[in-house]
Amino acid sequence: MTAASLTPAPKRRLRDRLPVVHHLRQSVGLQRGMLVAGLVLLALFIVCAVFAPLLAPYGFAQRGDAEGTFGTQQPPSAEHWFGTTVGGYDVLSRVIFGAQTAILVVIVAVVLSLFIGVALGLYAGYFGGWLDKLMVVVFDAIYAFPSLLLAIVLSIVISGGQSSLWGGVLAAGGSIVVVFIPQYFRVIRAETVRIKAEPFVESAKVLGASNSRIVFKHVFRNATRTLPLIITLNSAEAILTLAALGFVGFGIEPTAAADWGYDLNKAQSDVTSGIWWTATFPGLAIVLAVLGIMLVGESLNDLADPRLRSRRRVAQAAGEVAETSVVPGGTLAAGPGGLGGLEDGESFDEHGIEVKR
Amino acid sequence: MSTLDTTAPTEDLPAAGRPKPKSQGGGFARYLLVRFLLIFPTIFILVTLVFFLMRTTGDPITAAQGGRLGPEALAELRAAAGFDRPIFIQYVEYLGQIATFNFGETLTTNRPVLEVLATYGPATFELVFYSLIVAFLVGIPLGLLTAYYRDKPQDAVFRVLAIYWYAVPVFFAALILKLIFAVWLKWFPVAGRASVSAELQMQVLPNKTGFYTIDALMTGNPEVLTDVLSHAVLPAIALGLLTAGIFLRLVRTNVIGTLATDYVDAARSRGVGELRLLRKHAYRPALIPIVTVIGLQIALLLAGAVLTETTFEWKGLGFILVEFIESRDYMAVQGIVVMLAIIVAITNFVVDIIAAFIDPRVRY
Repeated sequence: MTAASLTPAPKRRLRDRLPVVHHLRQSVGLQRGMLVAGLVLLALFIVCAVFAPLLAPYGFAQRGDAEGTFGTQQPPSAEHWFGTTVGGYDVLSRVIFGAQTAILVVIVAVVLSLFIGVALGLYAGYFGGWLDKLMVVVFDAIYAFPSLLLAIVLSIVISGGQSSLWGGVLAAGGSIVVVFIPQYFRVIRAETVRIKAEPFVESAKVLGASNSRIVFKHVFRNATRTLPLIITLNSAEAILTLAALGFVGFGIEPTAAADWGYDLNKAQSDVTSGIWWTATFPGLAIVLAVLGIMLVGESLNDLADPRLRSRRRVAQAAGEVAETSVVPGGTLAAGPGGLGGLEDGESFDEHGIEVKR
Repeated sequence: MSTLDTTAPTEDLPAAGRPKPKSQGGGFARYLLVRFLLIFPTIFILVTLVFFLMRTTGDPITAAQGGRLGPEALAELRAAAGFDRPIFIQYVEYLGQIATFNFGETLTTNRPVLEVLATYGPATFELVFYSLIVAFLVGIPLGLLTAYYRDKPQDAVFRVLAIYWYAVPVFFAALILKLIFAVWLKWFPVAGRASVSAELQMQVLPNKTGFYTIDALMTGNPEVLTDVLSHAVLPAIALGLLTAGIFLRLVRTNVIGTLATDYVDAARSRGVGELRLLRKHAYRPALIPIVTVIGLQIALLLAGAVLTETTFEWKGLGFILVEFIESRDYMAVQGIVVMLAIIVAITNFVVDIIAAFIDPRVRY
C-alpha cells in the first residue's frame, strides 16, 4: 500500500474492481467452473427467495384448494410435484418459500455480525488496552464453544421456544450473530494491528488526522481484504444453523413461514416408514443453497491465495492484490504490528478453511 | 531421521554453546501450566454467558411452566427454587455449584444433571470415537490424493465432493443414509444403539460401563457384539463423513504447503519421486496442524453428535438434550450446555498439549 499511496497507480476499471466480476475474469478452467456453478446456484436461491409467491404453486401454509384438502403424505404427482407433508402441506411450495426464510436469516446474521464484529475488531486492534484483552479472551472462549449449543441457548432466550416468522428469524439470526462476531473480530483485529504499524498510518497521524479518520479512512479500507470469504462462509453457516435449529425443535411454525429445518424434523418419522419425499426435497434445498455459497467462497479463496495460484494469468491479475498486502520489511520487527499480528493463532477456521488475516 | 537430527549437533558443538535443550524441558512444563490455567477463564466466561443469557428473559421455571400455571403457583415454584432472589446472588451461588461439579437438577425428572452425563455420556463418546475413525480413514488418504492431484481433473472432483460434504447438513445425510441402507436395503438397523434382546443381555452385566462396545465384549456373546456394531455403522458414517470433509481440506492445504517448501524441493532435485515425496517428506509435517485443528473440531463434532443422535435415536447427550428442549426443561438444558462447555475446554487443553508435544514450535 505504501508504494500505491505515494505514487497513485492508474485507477482500475470498475469491472475489474467489483469483487465477484473481477474474480470471474481472473479465473481459468476448473476454478472458473466452480465459480460459475456456485454463482448459478446462488442466483437460483435468490430468485426462489425473491419470487417465491410467483414461483410456488401454493402458499406455504396452504393445506387445500378449491377441490378440497391436499391430503397428507401424498406421493409426488402432477398436482404436487414433490408430494405433501405429514401436515398436509405442499412440499414444493414450502421448499420454494423456505428460500425466503433462509435468505432473511442470512441477511440478519451477516449484516449484524459484520457491523458489530468489524467495529469491535477495529476498536480493539487500534486502541488496544484492557478492553481489547478482555474481548480477545471472551471471543476466544465463544469461538471454541459448539456454536449449535450456543444457538440453542440463544433461541430459548430470544423466542422462548415460540416461533413466529420474525421470532424464528431473529432467534436463528441472533444466535448466529453471537457465534460469528468472534470470527470477524479476530480477522479485523489482526489486520488492524498489522496496518496500525504501517508508515502511512504514521504519516496520517503526523498530518494531524483524527483517530476516527485514521480508523475509517486508512485502517478499515485496508483491512477488508478477507471479508468476502468470511461472508460467504458465514452465510452458508447461517443456513445450516437455521436448519439445525429447526431440526432440534426450534423451527418456525409452519403457519408463520416455511422452514426447511422444521420440515426435516417433521419428516424424520416419515423416513422410517419409507416416505422419502418429505425429507429429500427440503434437505436438497439446504444442500444446494449452501453448496452455491460455498463454491463461490471457495473459488474466491483460491484466487486470492498465492500458494494455490498456479496459472500465469491468475498470477498476473493477482499481482495487484499482492502489492497491497505485502508487509514491508520494516514492520516485521515492529512489536505487535509485525509478524505477531499475522501469524499468531491458527490460520484455519473451524471448518478447516484457511482464513487469512 | 529424528535421531540424526538430535544427535548430530551434540557431537559437533561444545555443550556451552547449546543452552536450548535445557530450557526446553522447563518451557514445556511452563506451557503446560499456563495452558492448564487458561481452562478456567474459558469455562468461567462460558458459564457466565450462559447463565446471564438464560436469565435475561426470565427464569427456567417461568419459561417451562409459563401459561400452564397460574401466577401464584408460579411464584411459589420460583421462590422454592430461589429464582426470586437478586440475580447476582443467584449467579455467585451458581458459580459455587459449578465449582463443586453440581450442575443443577432437571426440572422434569428431578435428577442431577451429572447423573444424566453418566447415563448418556458413554453413548456420545462412543459415537464420536467411531466417527473419528471413519474421518481418519476417509479424510486423510483422500486429502493426500487431492494434494497429489492438485490442479488436475481428479482434484476438482474430490474438492467439489469435499464442499458437498460440508454443504450437506449432518442430519440430512443421516436421514438419507437411514432411508437407503436401513429402510430400503435393510442392511443396518433403523435406529437405537442395540436391539432389545442385546440390550437386555447387557443390562444384567454386573459391572456394565455404558459403553456398549465394551459391554458387548463382556457378555462374551458374538451376536451381541455384531448387533451393537451394526447399530453404530450408519451414525458413525454420517458424523464421520462430516468430519472427513474437513480433514480432507486440511490435509490438502497443508500438504500442498509442505510440497512447496525448500527441503521438498531439495529432495525433488535429488531425484526423489513425487509419490515418495508425498509419503516420506510432505505427509508427516502436514499432519501437525491437523492435530491442532482436531481440538477445534471437537466442538463441531459435539454439535454434529447432537444432530446425529436425534436422527438415529442414539441415546446420548445430544438425544437427551433435544428431549429436554422439547419438554422445555431449561434447567437441564443449561446444565448440559455448561457441562459440554467444560468438556470442550478440557479436550482443547489435551489436544493443545499433544500438539505441543509433537511440534516443538508450538511452545511459547
